[in-house]
Amino acid sequence: MAQMSPRITVSYADQATIVTFTDEKILEEKDVRELEQALASLIEQADGIALVLDFSNVQFMSSAVLGLLIKVSKRVYEHEGRLALCAIGPKIYEIFKITRLTKIFDIYKDVDTAIERLAEPEQ
Amino acid sequence: MRPGLLAAVLNYPSPTCAFRLSAGGINRGFVISGPMKLDKPTKRTMLVDSNTAAIEEPRKWLLSQLQQLDYGDDDVFAVHLAFQEAFYNAIRHGSEMNSKKKVKIECLIASDRIEILMTDTGGGFDPDVVPDCRIGENLYKTEGRGLLLMRSYMDIVEFNEIGNSVHMVRYRHESNSSSSHIQR
Repeated sequence: MAQMSPRITVSYADQATIVTFTDEKILEEKDVRELEQALASLIEQADGIALVLDFSNVQFMSSAVLGLLIKVSKRVYEHEGRLALCAIGPKIYEIFKITRLTKIFDIYKDVDTAIERLAEPEQ
Repeated sequence: MRPGLLAAVLNYPSPTCAFRLSAGGINRGFVISGPMKLDKPTKRTMLVDSNTAAIEEPRKWLLSQLQQLDYGDDDVFAVHLAFQEAFYNAIRHGSEMNSKKKVKIECLIASDRIEILMTDTGGGFDPDVVPDCRIGENLYKTEGRGLLLMRSYMDIVEFNEIGNSVHMVRYRHESNSSSSHIQR
């Protein structure tokens, strides 16, 4: 497992790249920018990334992170990859529901399920 | 709580007292737990620079006050989020990221409610014409969700006439940590 920056760790399993957010709170614009850069660099390393974003440590985040996720998803699809979010706690999940981003992101209960689903052929 | 009561309590200048309820200002049902207490509320006014780091001290103070009054996780999360979003809107749209411009933050922390009045020096906006970020192409926009979240997590969200001052209230709720959580 590689520590890419103070904000994320990256691991690999079954063709998937798993990015775990290490911070409990993602608030500041600076933090979001750092995350964006780190994720962009991962996505651009190779086309067709199967990217899992693991939120298990995240207890609080602002809407700036939602903007980041939209940008990341666009970048992933531009590079013909696939994206899954997972292990989102109830309070954070509520933010996704309120903003209806549950309609555009594939969200799974844990990392293993997300990896499994990304390994399945696209429908 | 009546619109403008915080302003009256804080002796806020009259032009910004002229709040009007924005559409959907009271968004959801809520439960007030226990009897309304009449303890003397804690009040604080802060003038902060318009940069994201400047919110750190007011944020810590606010959260410590909520902790002292034994507010539940849901209340703390809601107030924290609305506070953060309101400040971000103030510095981005009001101060246009000019860190020399100040944002005035007034808080009233009582045992039954939290009130926040946040005022920037910008020209304001009309909250009723902000596009709905949940519809159509707006769903894919990278910004524009802050106001929706403020309205969703606070019991009252109202703006002054020109829209450069927002007044938010959240009453103490019963804990509802077991809210629906459906992930595939």
